[in-house]
Formats: sequence, structure tokens, C-alpha cells
Amino acid sequence: MFELLFFSLLNGVVTGLLLFMLASGLTLIFSMMGVLNFAHASFYMLGAYFAYTISSYIGFWPGLIIAPIIVGLIGAVVERYGLRYVHRWGHVAELIFTFGLAFLIEEVVQFIWGKDTKAYQEPEVLHFALFNFFGQDFPAYKAFMLIISISIFVVLLLILTKSRIGLIIQAAITHPNMTAMLGHNVPLVFMGVFGVGAGLAGLAGVIAGPALGTFPGMAVVLGPIVFVIVVVGGLGSLVGAFVASLLIGLLQTFAIALDYSVNDLLMLFNITTDVDSALRDLWTLSLPQIAPLLPYLLLVLILIFRPTGLFGKRET
Amino acid sequence: MSNISNAQSSTPQSSKFKVFRPWIFLAVLFIVLPFIFSSGISVYTMNLMGIFIIFALSYNMLLGQGGMLSFGHAVYFGLGGFMSVHFMNYIEDEVFILPMFLVPIFGGIIGLVFAVIIGSFSTRRAGTVFAMISLGIGELVAASSLIFVAFFGGEEGVSGDRTMGPNILGVDYATDLQVYYLIAAWAFVTIALMYMFSRTPMGRMANAVRDNEERAEFIGYSQRKVRFISFCASGFFAGIAGGLFAINFEIVTEENLNALTSGVVLLMVYIGGVGFFIGPIIGAIFFTLLQTLLSHYTEIWQLYVGIMFVLTVMYAPQGLTGILAMHLPVIRMKRVPQLIMPYIRLGVPVIIFLIGAIGLLETVHHVRSAPVDQTMMTLMGLEYDTHGVLPWVVMVICTLGGGYVAKSQAGQLREAWEEAHAPVSSNGGSAK
Repeated sequence: MFELLFFSLLNGVVTGLLLFMLASGLTLIFSMMGVLNFAHASFYMLGAYFAYTISSYIGFWPGLIIAPIIVGLIGAVVERYGLRYVHRWGHVAELIFTFGLAFLIEEVVQFIWGKDTKAYQEPEVLHFALFNFFGQDFPAYKAFMLIISISIFVVLLLILTKSRIGLIIQAAITHPNMTAMLGHNVPLVFMGVFGVGAGLAGLAGVIAGPALGTFPGMAVVLGPIVFVIVVVGGLGSLVGAFVASLLIGLLQTFAIALDYSVNDLLMLFNITTDVDSALRDLWTLSLPQIAPLLPYLLLVLILIFRPTGLFGKRET
Repeated sequence: MSNISNAQSSTPQSSKFKVFRPWIFLAVLFIVLPFIFSSGISVYTMNLMGIFIIFALSYNMLLGQGGMLSFGHAVYFGLGGFMSVHFMNYIEDEVFILPMFLVPIFGGIIGLVFAVIIGSFSTRRAGTVFAMISLGIGELVAASSLIFVAFFGGEEGVSGDRTMGPNILGVDYATDLQVYYLIAAWAFVTIALMYMFSRTPMGRMANAVRDNEERAEFIGYSQRKVRFISFCASGFFAGIAGGLFAINFEIVTEENLNALTSGVVLLMVYIGGVGFFIGPIIGAIFFTLLQTLLSHYTEIWQLYVGIMFVLTVMYAPQGLTGILAMHLPVIRMKRVPQLIMPYIRLGVPVIIFLIGAIGLLETVHHVRSAPVDQTMMTLMGLEYDTHGVLPWVVMVICTLGGGYVAKSQAGQLREAWEEAHAPVSSNGGSAK
């Protein structure tokens, strides 16, 4: 039992921190421009695919640097020539634009790389078990993912709270007009944040690609979850996004690890159920089964009872 | 009859006729269509169109008329479909004695029931909160549909048989054509109902809440209640569309209520035009044509749809209907001839550009996906070697040249356009 908890905890933290890399960019973009960027997970996918292509020519490590930069540039271009143009049609159009973009990027990825899963591998150097605990290996690559994510979080937090550019960004989030009056180029800040956010998503893709698989559906799998994190964590709150990411990551891994069903619960109260009844699916419902449901359940509940999210100050 | 409509007096009879004229036209059109397009594939396509028209119109009750962006509208469509297919099975097992054509009603009712439940908390706010709740509910229902196998049938879905139940006038829905008339009848009724709904004070209030919820509150309407009623009506009609889907395909699967279907309906409605009642109809027809016809000719049709969707959002936010409506003032002033020449001057290079660009995309796709030794491909009736230099050169020249000339010709069209509109107040027909 203890080993199960231990590994679930580790895996949950790894997943959570990976999700945070996506969510951090998204929450900044969301709070700045008020646009929930549906294409954010698509940038994550692009990161993985670019890194796959780069790694097949010059290896994994250059891809780790180059792919996020390319994705970041693409993100900046999307903001400058797409989103800023659509802005004139209003809020809903912006949301629909990013939605269409997500659809388009998926099609483009299928067009360029095909529909099959790509054999994007972790580098040989990290291909060993870091430690062995109760007979179970913990791969070094996961530790590597952990280190990258944590350092990103720390760097991001430092930039946002300690540096001058971070101050301007924070000001632009809450008072964009006032910041522009003070002579800062707010559209440029928007473009930069969007680009960096996309680049972070790309970086997440680069390091998640070998672990979670590189295939055209990877954006659709992760995209909605990242929304859940942003909404649950609260608008524009980096700390909230961090907590929510860990929460969702742990929720999902623990739900899969702990195999309890409604039947077990009823057994506690000595209630037996009919195997053939129409509600049989309800009785056999188990935690691993409802694991994919939990984040969305959380999302809906949060939106109903606490629209500001856990750490947010403004309503979404 | 033309004497009456030409007469100056606005007698109630003539105005009534004017009101009913489009509906009579629509009814006649629905009846006549299968005689014009009688092949199997076209009846199949029209059936799908009818279903999607109802679905898209119900979606536009939210997005276009109520200002609610939903990412989970397929939930009501899919649940309606599942309920209907279960009812079809009940009829087959003779639990109920019911003619088949009434089944979509039950789809509508389950859509309504779920809309009441979900709408009771999701319509509190519009905008992003609503969009997010709809997304969450959509994912929730789609994920549960794979868990509750007894109702949703798991991966393979639930199938039924539409030929069961009491036959009325010997119609047993064994052929697609009979189903066509069933769908057409339902489409006619629901289109009329949805149109009438948009004309009621309630429909008008939905527009008011969309445009400015605060003002709507100040004149004494609860924005939440207005949104809630729109939402319920929308869920009901989506359920009916789902029921018709169940009858038409005799199978409903998880795919019919997942995020993809929700995305497709948003796509249809937006490409058609959200600002107009007939926008979703045009969008549904257009999208179904793309889906059934384009997918015959090319494997990468979804890429074209994606490009088209993004371009629509960026440059034509009023959709196809908006583009058509922009021409109405010109037609009314009988100035169309002024625009023909500029359109040809722009149109020809645009077509050349499209031929080049599509050719490039198709050829690249062919090179990547075809077997290695197969280098010949046919496109638009031409057969050529994908590894030869000439086709590539021609296509690149078409794309670049066409694009360049088209760009240089855009100015003259704009001038001609402004000239054609000049004396009237040039509001360009935009709806918002």
C-alpha cells in the first residue's frame, strides 16, 4: 500500500508540474487578454512534433532549446496577425478564433507528420532507472521532467515578482490602459506574453512527448484539462494555477491507483446489489473508471459555487 | 395572384400571403427536392442536411440569438439520439405501440429535461463562464457515456430498427426516401417553430440580453431567466435533431455527443453566419456538402475546412450569409452590372491562386501518403508525375502569380464596391 501511495504521489507531482507548464502560460494570457486560448494545447503538440523532427536530425538536446523557441515565435505571430485582428469583432469571435486555430493546427500536424504515433524517444543518457523502491523502478526521465518543471516555475515566479518586466506584465494584467498611458507598449507586452506562453507550452510538449506519446490527438487529450486548471486555480493567479495543477495531477493518478468501486462502499454497509439490474453500471462504478470525469466535475462545481476559482480575485 | 401582390393596397390578405410565401416555397422545395436529386447519395446527403439544419438552428438560438457560446451542444443532440434509439427498441419489443415518426419527440423531451437541469445553473452567466461550464458538461457526459454501458452501449453504441411499429398509410421507412420525407416534415415544423420563437417577445428579449444584459435587467427582465428559456428551447430542438439522426442511421454512438460534434455544429453555424436566421441553414447545407462531396475527392478535406473556418472568423465574421446579405442593397438598386467586371478581374486570379495552392497541398499529401513506387497522380482531370519538375513549377507559379495579381486587384474591387453603394447610407447590410 505504501509503495502504491509513494509512486502515485511521485507520478501525480510529475503530471501536475507538466500541466502547470501549460497552465502557467494560459492563465497569464487569459488574465491579460480575457481570451481563453483553445489553441494553447495545440502549441504543446507543436512543441512535441518539432522536437521529434529536430531530434531525428541533431538529437534531443538541441530540440529542447530550439523547438520551444520556434513554437514561441509561432505564438507571437498568431497573436500579432491573428488574435489582434480578430479582436475588433469582439470577445466571442476571439474565443472561436482560437478554437478554429486548434482545429486547424491539428489538421496541419496530420498533414505534415501523418496520423500515426511518432517514435519520439527520450535521450539515451536519461534511459536508466534513477532508483529502485519496493521493487519498482523510477525512471530518470521523470526526474528530469520534474527538475525542468520546477525550475520553470521558480524562474517564472521570480521574473513576474522581482523583475521590471514582470512588474509591467502585472500592471498590464490589471490596468492595461493605465500602463499604456505610462508609456509602456502594452500590445508588445501582450505579444510577448502570448509568445512566451506558447513557448512554455511547446517546452512542455518537448519533454512530455517521449513520456505521453507524440500523436495528433495529444492536444485534445490535454487541452480541456488545462482549462480546468486555469478556471479552478483562479484567473491570473500563478500560485492558483500551480496548486490546481498539482491537485488535478494527484487526483488523476490517485483515482487510477486506488481501485475501489461503489460496490465496495456498499459492502461496508452490508448492502448487496443485483448484478443484472439496469443500474448495474452504477454499482460497478470504480474510481479508475471515473478518473477522467473528476477534473470536469471539479470544473463545473467550481464554476457554480466559486466562480473566482480557488485563488482568483476576479470572476472569470 | 400576382395582381394582388402588385396592388398598392395592403389588404390583410396580401400581407398574409407575403408572410406565408417563403414557407409555402420551403414546403414545395422540400417536396420537390428528391425528384430533382434522386440518386441514393443525394438523398442520403439531404437527410443529413435536414438533421444538421435543425441541429444548427437550435445551436444558433444560443450563439446567435442569445449570445451564449456553447462548447457542449452535442450533449443534447446525442442524448436525444440515445433516448430515441431506445424508444425505437421499445417499439420493436412492443413495450409501446407508437408510430415511428413520433420518436423524435422523445428525443426532444430528453434534450429539454437535460437542458432544464444543466441550464438551471449554467445560464446564470453568459460569456466565458457559460462557455466553460458547457465545455465541462460536454466532457463529463461524453466520458460518462463510455462508463454507463447499459444506456449508452459503450464503444459500439446502441442500434435500433426504424421499420418497426405500426405502419401508417403503408409507410415503413424501409427506404431512405421515406426517411427523407419524415426528416423534411420535421425540419419544416421545427424551422417554423424556431423562426416563430425568434419573433416572440421572448425571442426579442433574448436578443436584448445578448446585446446588453444590464439594460435588459433595468427594463425588468431577469437575464438569467431569459437565457434559461432560450437554453431549454435550444436543448429541445437539438434533441429532436438527435432523434431524427437515430432514425436515419439506426445507430447512435458516443461520437454523437462528444466534443467533436459540438465543435462541428459551432463550425457550421459560424461559417453560415450567426447574425441571421437562415445563416445556420446555409452553414449546415454548406458543411454537409463539404463533408459528403469533398471527402469523395480528397483525403485532406478537413484541412480545407479548418482553413476556411479560420479565414471566416478573421475576415467574414458574419459568415456566408453575411457576404450574401452585403450584396442585397446593390441588387435592390439594380447596380449589379457595375460589380460584374471588378469581380471577374479579381475572381480569375483568385481561382488561379486556389488551383495552385490546392494543387500544391494535394501533391505534397500524395507524395507523403502514396506508396513509394506510385508517382503518378490525377488531380482535376489531369494526370502527372509528382516527381517531375514541371508540375511543381506550374503550381508554384499559379500560387504566387495568382496571389500577387489578386492582391493588386483587390483595390479596384473596393473602389467599385464603394461606388455601387455610394448614394445610399452605406451600412453595408451588416446585421449587428
